[in-house]
Amino acid sequence: MVAETNSTKNISVTLRVWRQAGPTQPGKFVDYPAKNMNPNMSLLEMLDVVNDELTKQGQEPIAFAHDCREGICGTCSLVINGKPHGPHRGVASCQTYTRSFKDGETITIEPFRAHPFPVIKDLITDRSAFDKIQQAGGFVSVRTGSPCDANALPIPKDSADLAMDAASCIGCGACVAACKNASAMLFVAAKVSQFALLPQGQPERERRVLSMVKTMDDLGFGNCTNQYECSAACPKTISHDFIARMNREYLRASVLEAFRPKSTSTAGGA
Amino acid sequence: MAKLESKVPSGPLADKWRKYKAESLKLVNPANKRKYEVIVVGAGLAGSSAAATLAELGYKVKCFVIHDSPRRAHSIAAQGGINAAKNYQNDGDSVYRLFYDTIKGGDYRAREANVHRLAEVSVNIIDQCVAQGVPFAREYGGLLANRSFGGAQVSRTFYARGQTGQQLLLGAYSALMKMAGQDAVQVFSNEEMSDLVIVDGQAKGIITRNLNTGEIRRWAADAVILATGGYGNVFNLSTYARQSNATAIWRAYKRGACFGNPCYTQIHPTCIPVSGDYQSKLTLMSESLRNDGRIWVPKKKEDCKKDPASIPEEDRDYYLERIYPSFGNLAPRDVSSRAAMRMCDEGRGIGETGLGVYLDFSDAIKRLTEDGVRERYGNLFDIYHEITNENAYKTPMRIFPAVHYTMGGLWVDYNLMSNIPGLFVLGEANFSDHGANRLGASALMQGLADGYFVIPYTIGDYLATQKPGSRPSADRAEFKQAEDNVRGVIKRLLSSTGKEPVSHFHKRLGQIMWKNCGMARTKEGLEQALKEIPALREEYWKNVRVPGSADTLNQSLERAFRVADFFELGELMCLDALTREESCGGHFREEYQYPDGECKRDDEKFGHVAAWEFQGDGKAPLRNVEPLNYETVKMSVRSYK
Repeated sequence: MVAETNSTKNISVTLRVWRQAGPTQPGKFVDYPAKNMNPNMSLLEMLDVVNDELTKQGQEPIAFAHDCREGICGTCSLVINGKPHGPHRGVASCQTYTRSFKDGETITIEPFRAHPFPVIKDLITDRSAFDKIQQAGGFVSVRTGSPCDANALPIPKDSADLAMDAASCIGCGACVAACKNASAMLFVAAKVSQFALLPQGQPERERRVLSMVKTMDDLGFGNCTNQYECSAACPKTISHDFIARMNREYLRASVLEAFRPKSTSTAGGA
Repeated sequence: MAKLESKVPSGPLADKWRKYKAESLKLVNPANKRKYEVIVVGAGLAGSSAAATLAELGYKVKCFVIHDSPRRAHSIAAQGGINAAKNYQNDGDSVYRLFYDTIKGGDYRAREANVHRLAEVSVNIIDQCVAQGVPFAREYGGLLANRSFGGAQVSRTFYARGQTGQQLLLGAYSALMKMAGQDAVQVFSNEEMSDLVIVDGQAKGIITRNLNTGEIRRWAADAVILATGGYGNVFNLSTYARQSNATAIWRAYKRGACFGNPCYTQIHPTCIPVSGDYQSKLTLMSESLRNDGRIWVPKKKEDCKKDPASIPEEDRDYYLERIYPSFGNLAPRDVSSRAAMRMCDEGRGIGETGLGVYLDFSDAIKRLTEDGVRERYGNLFDIYHEITNENAYKTPMRIFPAVHYTMGGLWVDYNLMSNIPGLFVLGEANFSDHGANRLGASALMQGLADGYFVIPYTIGDYLATQKPGSRPSADRAEFKQAEDNVRGVIKRLLSSTGKEPVSHFHKRLGQIMWKNCGMARTKEGLEQALKEIPALREEYWKNVRVPGSADTLNQSLERAFRVADFFELGELMCLDALTREESCGGHFREEYQYPDGECKRDDEKFGHVAAWEFQGDGKAPLRNVEPLNYETVKMSVRSYK
């Protein structure tokens, strides 16, 4: 998705940035001027320029998370003018360019705000809760070296394509930051759906969804109330349809788990 | 002088790995495996796959990551695909052909046995990833789809849209998370390796700094694996992620690990050109675009500033198709990059700076329709539009070469162990498989081959020689010395009373490197760089300003620590480039070329690996040599014409 252009010439803006020295300290907004910025520079590059100036003045630069700067690693996580990853659809914070803003504008920059993502410093939050959800079932248990030939199991192209739509999640957490309930349903639904759509995901299909949803709840993420802000903020435009799919998966698994006969043998394998 | 024993097994090439696994490698019994602790540094393709697989085998694994999650390692950004000799297209591929293409692509500067093993296990990688639920592209019949990459005349590249690296990494990450959920692996995020600890000549631990709290910690282990990626950020501007750094491998080098072929760097031909001095990174446009895009520049210099649509067909020079008719737009990366540079040197470069060439999809759109092109490359066209504000469906992309990968790295033997016993190096961090130039879609293959299918076999051969439970205590003097060393560097950086931010020096280092040790190198340029870099380094330590403190999240300090290492590594790269008086692959010395501008190798004098050994600060490093014995392939002039 491509951003509209508001500026083609160099512009000057004010960055209103959330500063917070540590997890337990109070934070506040501080204004920084950014003068004569090239429209082709990214917002993160604008922060680089401001930070170099702060450093020269002996002040501590603004801490912000970033790495690949091409929208795939999921590290960058800014709320820009009230929206996670900024004004445009289908991009991460690092793909937001100066040309999207107007000369003289004040740009407000905050961290992702959600109870399960505590602030570490300034604009950086702790998103390790996502790793915990993955550990609860976001995998296919296949030991290295034991699979069959890759073409032994044909997968309909439509299923593979839809699984890929879900799998394109970059784990940034914008869905959580955009949700008034701080729900992680889109993130969890993307992983659950990817595996539910593929034959490889079938053996653990029920365990996976039950376990991941439970972990999500235990970590303090809220529930979905169908506002779809998550999809709107998602840098990979992952559809909220996957949440509906996960709800079906969850219901199906709950029924199956309740009524499925299980072996009661306690005998060992030897 | 370091002992460099390649440990390449004897016997016919195709049987080496199979026989070596069956007959030579020692095993560790399952009850003993849980008594060994293995440290894995890095969680990209190589690190995650190694950590997960070793944990499955029963070893106790600790995995250290500088990112806030292992899923963010820079393997995630690889776009185009992964090679494997499956021959699913029935187009003449085989293990031998993948091996041969890789050896030739590397300009006959890689070890034959390593490359053959890589080609052999490539087929297992695809099986493994599909079983993990990696959603590779498929045909309507449900079978896996393939495409072509540079340096190959078959379609052997598997892909997941333009996000293959992401999907493969998430596969390895899911395996790692599965084992972490069972407490078989402990993952330490935001934890950077700052030094290596050697006890009695063997690698037995590391020192880390927690990037959130500043805490410095000691970790003892029975073996240490480095999978920390490449060092292209020496150039400042590159396609690497901003946090990618060389500190782990550089600390290992300074503890005695030899550095193999540091000058072999890959310049990728299709990146978005630089637009201004604020620029923090360069963005790659996947090589897969060359399957359908045609590269050209105007025939006449005066056309360069014109609207490309106004330049008639007969005035366009599709120079790759003209010079390399049999490979055309799919000529290997080093060859394509240099050809682009030659066009710009002739004054036929396009764009505002004159440093660019066109990658044109108009023929592909005629053939496939715009929707057909969108289906194959839509996300890449979007990225291009985001960055340049230009619509590549309507006007050709502007592209230019940029630093993308480093073939050099820590020297390893056939077991992927460095010359320090107990120190293993995987993926881009080692030097082993790509010679002087890597082919497209081979980095993902190597990272996963090393982690899933090589290290699980070879690490046992080392651990079997270590008594279970003989792991040294982290209270030993060697750990204290290493920790003091780290604290000393941090203190020195923070107490500097200079004026300039780290970025100021990193940019200047990058300019020296790009000018003198980039796409084309000369004796004079390299000698100049070897004067300028030490001077800049001295200035750095006097005039750098690092605000903040050591006991908190401090991104200025992180970068300052890494850039300090880049200065030293940059100097070694230039020294290696100066000493290697030939041209091969990504290392192009202007003095050594054929009249048509192609690389002129000197197999007599340089048919070897240069493995540099640290001799102490301020002392010249020692250049060790490992001869490359080609038993199967004949070293010949590499031609793509």
